[in-house]
Amino acid sequence: MTSKIRIAVRCVAGVLAYLASSIATASVVTVQNYEYPISDRFVATVVGTPVEYEAKLPSIPFEQRSIDIFPDRKTPDVFFYGKELLYSVALQDHESPLIFLIAGTGASHEGSKNRNMAKAFYQAGFHVVSTSSPTFNNFVTAASYTGVVGDAKKDAEDIYRVFEKIWAELEQDIEVSTFNVTGYSLGGFNAAYVAKLDETRQSFNFENVLLINPPVSIYNSISLLDRMINNIPGGMDNFDKFFDNLMRAYINVYKESSDAIGDDFLYKAYKALNLKDEQLAALIGVSFRLSSASLIFTSDVVVDFGFIKPKGLILNRYSNLTQYNEVANRIGFTDYYHEFFYPFYKQTEPDATRDEFIAAISLEEIEDYLRDTEKITVMHNADDIILQPGEIEFFADVFGTRATIYPTGGHCGNMSYSDNVAHMVAVFTGGGAP
Amino acid sequence: MLQRVRRTVIAALILTLAACASYPPQKPASDYPEPIFPAKRILPPGHDDQMSVYDPWEGMNKHIYNFNYHFDKAIFLPVVQGYETVVPDFARTGIHNFFKNFDDMLSAVNSLLQLAPTKAAQSTGRVLVNSTVGLFGLLDVASLWGIPRPMEDFGQTMGRWGVGQGPYLVLPFLGPSNLRDGIGKLPDFYVRSMIQDEVLSDDVRIASTVAWPVDTRANTSFRYYETGSAFEYRMVRWLYSTKRRLDVEQ
Repeated sequence: MTSKIRIAVRCVAGVLAYLASSIATASVVTVQNYEYPISDRFVATVVGTPVEYEAKLPSIPFEQRSIDIFPDRKTPDVFFYGKELLYSVALQDHESPLIFLIAGTGASHEGSKNRNMAKAFYQAGFHVVSTSSPTFNNFVTAASYTGVVGDAKKDAEDIYRVFEKIWAELEQDIEVSTFNVTGYSLGGFNAAYVAKLDETRQSFNFENVLLINPPVSIYNSISLLDRMINNIPGGMDNFDKFFDNLMRAYINVYKESSDAIGDDFLYKAYKALNLKDEQLAALIGVSFRLSSASLIFTSDVVVDFGFIKPKGLILNRYSNLTQYNEVANRIGFTDYYHEFFYPFYKQTEPDATRDEFIAAISLEEIEDYLRDTEKITVMHNADDIILQPGEIEFFADVFGTRATIYPTGGHCGNMSYSDNVAHMVAVFTGGGAP
Repeated sequence: MLQRVRRTVIAALILTLAACASYPPQKPASDYPEPIFPAKRILPPGHDDQMSVYDPWEGMNKHIYNFNYHFDKAIFLPVVQGYETVVPDFARTGIHNFFKNFDDMLSAVNSLLQLAPTKAAQSTGRVLVNSTVGLFGLLDVASLWGIPRPMEDFGQTMGRWGVGQGPYLVLPFLGPSNLRDGIGKLPDFYVRSMIQDEVLSDDVRIASTVAWPVDTRANTSFRYYETGSAFEYRMVRWLYSTKRRLDVEQ
């Protein structure tokens, strides 16, 4: 009898849990009649948007520039090429609004997502200034004040300084009506903190701010991304075999196609390879690991922390770095937060606890500001892979109608889809979200 | 002009090589306090290096890598930029197709040497179509018609007959390679010159000599140290070697 009751209770509990979870997802209102063609969140994240669904954008005068942010700073010889910060611009020849773009984790100012956004905004009549993520190596060596990135407020200060210095150079050449800022992924997160900083510093008085697929809590998102690497069959020790198989299949597709890699190559390759979600997750995990590994090593060398490289040992541009690379590839980004980031900042803020440090790297930390600030809008996807279950609700709750949540798209997979591009531009041209 | 370029290049090479002498000798890493994540704790005992490539000339290679960066920055990329500013889009595409047509001829020759009839037929077909309908190779009609484009060079031909890649080698100006592929460039270059001597008028041939490297660089997106990562050299080395191994296997 008791066992029957127990089973019944379990059934009821199960049904309740199921209902609760479906209610939880249902509580976020997503965009209706959305025809982005990929329903699988991992596929969307890796493949992006098939070419026939992309917004048609022109080629633009996208020009690379560099700027010395800290003229007095000495760059370690390993990073001799990283003294100046690289960025790019596409400028109009008449008075126009200006938009700053902030790239996502590990991405540069001229990565494909920033390039694409630059085209869309330039076409819509904006001056575009595209900057790298604070987690991009060149940013760490050239523009990070401390050399240890990943803190919400300090990163925003670094970015703000970069914006100010770039603007000081552009000021003579162009006329600007309003300033705006957007960013995707971590760049979206950064944009929120940059907007908040601008309220007190007021160098720009941003007109509009758009956050595209930002994380809520950095620590939660990197925990998810760190774990994805476990999808490699046999773990990191079989990384080479995993990669070899993938590359072999890739080259097969490559040889079949009539010419070099076309615009739609990734999509074709995905279709031909028929990858499973675990493999795609592993791929995302590997790509995240490779950028986090070099970021961690860059910080380690810049501040001589003794994290992977022995403290005091000076490397030069010709040094053999194999062993450091191998170690870095096996360290998670969460390890960096616990064993490097936290002890590093603990030196200057001895009262803060580990949990306080981690809690501070979150949009929840500035929730009140975000709730009340009309100029900030959000574009997100209900199936984004960098959010923990339920985190999407934060955006619906805090931003209300200023958050547009698409049902599909994964993490930034729909950013070049025609509807999304139109949405992005409309946010800044006054058309509002669709 | 050419002489001045040559002088600048030689001076830059000497400077790069001289630079290595200026670093003070270091104590071995084991003489320093252990880092928080030391290799001996993190790497499993007896593990294989995941991305190892035979690179006994690493020191020299890294110097050439460094030299190529400076050469790119000071000369090559500004020239490419000038080319892209002055020559309109459609003309650059035509020029690029023109050189691709010669690559296809080399692919045909190498496919024959590899006893790969399908590839040889495809490459030959492309050359025939593009040299005629495609107006001396300026238009890539063959790709429009969907004729696959095998890319075979003498390095791959040697690989096909069992020659290994040999040591990794960074070539001045040309970039990542290995001993086998580096040597393979010589017969490829020789055959290419023979064909060009045969089919091109003197003016076009001389213009080609100047335009070919510029066109090649303009169509190669690789930039030295662009990732900003300290591990870039190792990553590029591994990607290149894996790609070439698989190229030969196919």
